[in-house]
Amino acid sequence: MLAANIAHFARLLRASGMAVGPDRMLDAVTAAEAVGLRRRDDLYWALHAVLVSRHSDQALFDQAFQLFWRDPELLKKALALMLPAISAPAPPLEKTPRRLAEALGLQAGDTPPAGAPDMEIDAALSFSDQELLRKKDFEQMSLEELNQARQAIQKLRLPIQNIRTRRFCSGSNADRVDMHATLRQSLRQGGAIRLHYKRPRRRHPPLVLLCDISGSMSRYSRMLLHFMHAITREQDRVYSFVFGTQLTNISRWLRERDVDDAIGRVAQLVADWDGGTRIGHCLREFNIRWSRRVMAQGPVVILISDGLDRDAALGIGPEIERLHKSCRRLIWLNPLLRYDAFAPKSMGVRAILPHVDEFRASHNLDSLLALADALNRPQTGFGVEKFRSELRAG
Amino acid sequence: MAYSARMTLSVPTSIDETLTLLQSGGYIAARPLATVLFLALKLGRPLFLEGEAGVGKTEIAKVLAQALGRRLLRLQCYEGLDTASAVYEWNYAAQMIEIRLAEAEGIQDRHALGTDIFSERFMIKRPILQALEPDIAGPPVLLIDEIDRADEPFEAYLLEVLSDFQVTVPEIGTVRAAHPPIVILTSNRTREIHDALKRRCLYHWIDYPDAARELEILHARAPGAHARLSAEVVAFVQELRKRDLFKSPGVAESIDWASALTALDKIALDPQTINDTLGVLLKYQDDIARIQGGEAGKILEQIRTQSDTAA
Repeated sequence: MLAANIAHFARLLRASGMAVGPDRMLDAVTAAEAVGLRRRDDLYWALHAVLVSRHSDQALFDQAFQLFWRDPELLKKALALMLPAISAPAPPLEKTPRRLAEALGLQAGDTPPAGAPDMEIDAALSFSDQELLRKKDFEQMSLEELNQARQAIQKLRLPIQNIRTRRFCSGSNADRVDMHATLRQSLRQGGAIRLHYKRPRRRHPPLVLLCDISGSMSRYSRMLLHFMHAITREQDRVYSFVFGTQLTNISRWLRERDVDDAIGRVAQLVADWDGGTRIGHCLREFNIRWSRRVMAQGPVVILISDGLDRDAALGIGPEIERLHKSCRRLIWLNPLLRYDAFAPKSMGVRAILPHVDEFRASHNLDSLLALADALNRPQTGFGVEKFRSELRAG
Repeated sequence: MAYSARMTLSVPTSIDETLTLLQSGGYIAARPLATVLFLALKLGRPLFLEGEAGVGKTEIAKVLAQALGRRLLRLQCYEGLDTASAVYEWNYAAQMIEIRLAEAEGIQDRHALGTDIFSERFMIKRPILQALEPDIAGPPVLLIDEIDRADEPFEAYLLEVLSDFQVTVPEIGTVRAAHPPIVILTSNRTREIHDALKRRCLYHWIDYPDAARELEILHARAPGAHARLSAEVVAFVQELRKRDLFKSPGVAESIDWASALTALDKIALDPQTINDTLGVLLKYQDDIARIQGGEAGKILEQIRTQSDTAA
């Protein structure tokens, strides 16, 4: 009886979106039996210990528990309401046949073979045939051109400069003795001991993307979402956030393989598309709620925003400073930088600019391509230097 | 609590017993935590504790080991933690000497030398391997502290250890624990731990305690503090946690603060003392700057009026 109830309960949790594997069922029954059924809160925490493995699921579990273990009739109704929706096959996700066809057509064409070429060249190669497209501003592209640009972005690969980790692999031109290998060798051969060496393994640092999706950015932000998806798919340890008036973590959704599915989900999730911007507020939100969770291993942070702020740059200064101090490198991508006459006039830009390592444009494919290069070769002060005197003067 | 030594050393058989066990060690736990701990002991499962810094995640392992009379093995995680410092390492220097001696004596049997060199005699055991070994006092408590600081490869390595309580040493074979150790993992959530690891554990999120429990904790952990001071410290800290701070003070900070104020011979809070000792409570300059001065005075006034109306 208890087992059946717990199975029902687990189904309810699953139906409401929690990841409860069948392997947990046996544990849940054992746990419930161990604490007994005399006290409701004991049962609550016993099931909680087994079925919940994420702090964010706690509220969901709480509601489900209150619902389930009170009135079985009520639950039956609730499940009856929910189940048809669940058992029906999910509506086929939007997959335009055109995109498929184009993908196939491309394969028939003369695209460069996807071997394992050098990363740096890879980014350049994937753009080679679209010279015009590369220079064109996203804002001025036709629908057709936008589609082409999206495909180009899908092929984009970002080489981030690798950093030393504290793990080792064997290597010849290295300065640390690998005792384990040395010993094994000398056991096999005897005689004089020949030293083996090891060197630190290298790996790319985590990447954090913060993208502005407010009204002033609208044409770019959708394109940049494609860009973010392309990067997320390529690398592990990429964390993506979008912000307008509030901050949303979209990392999990961008891991979806299909780009349309991924962006469709993000669009559903995010409530503040094309609205105003509160940069200071959102940066603070990031610093307080997320920075400890995603910034621990010295990431490269890319901030994508035009710096136009509804709150008149309220609170941006200290928050961007903290952000800068807690990451390895802060790169600011600003689509407005395409104008030659761009000057740090707005208060938001003036607040952010002193605290970024690099300041780059992001209005066309070329500029995103340049970013690939920049991640491989850090150029501290890039784009910032020429505005420095103006900042000081003002 | 008049517990005989024998009673204290046996594993609790109910949630209430778990609560008293922790209390005897000076750890004031909420019932949910005791429930999970009881289950972990009963089902022989690792316990995964998450929560903000300073809510007593590490402390629980220490108290448990002490109250049960078990050995505590602590593994502090850091990036690049590898099997050599977590599980075992060969004593290379001794092995080298052994090889040299063998050669000097003209021993020809390389195979025998190989098995001899890679035997337990030349092994330096680290916490995880130690935890799998039998102990007279009973299986030890293995504390894997701040697992979020270790990198993913180590996390993956732990999977084998935590699901089967065994370790494979290529040169020797598989070492298996006859009686699985009590394993407690803690995380400050500086990154998400992989689901595969969490699935092998019982999960619990430790929250900041409510005012009543925090007061109890202060009585147990800072017994020298004046009753009024403790009450005010708790009220002040609870109020601070409601503010929008970069890092809210944990229980560890309240205990430190109460002890610090007692050392200064204070029996109640006053604005000047708060300003002078705020560094015990808050660890970020921005936070200190926000609270110091007028804000601290305001909070103090607020908690005074609250306690007056309550009284």
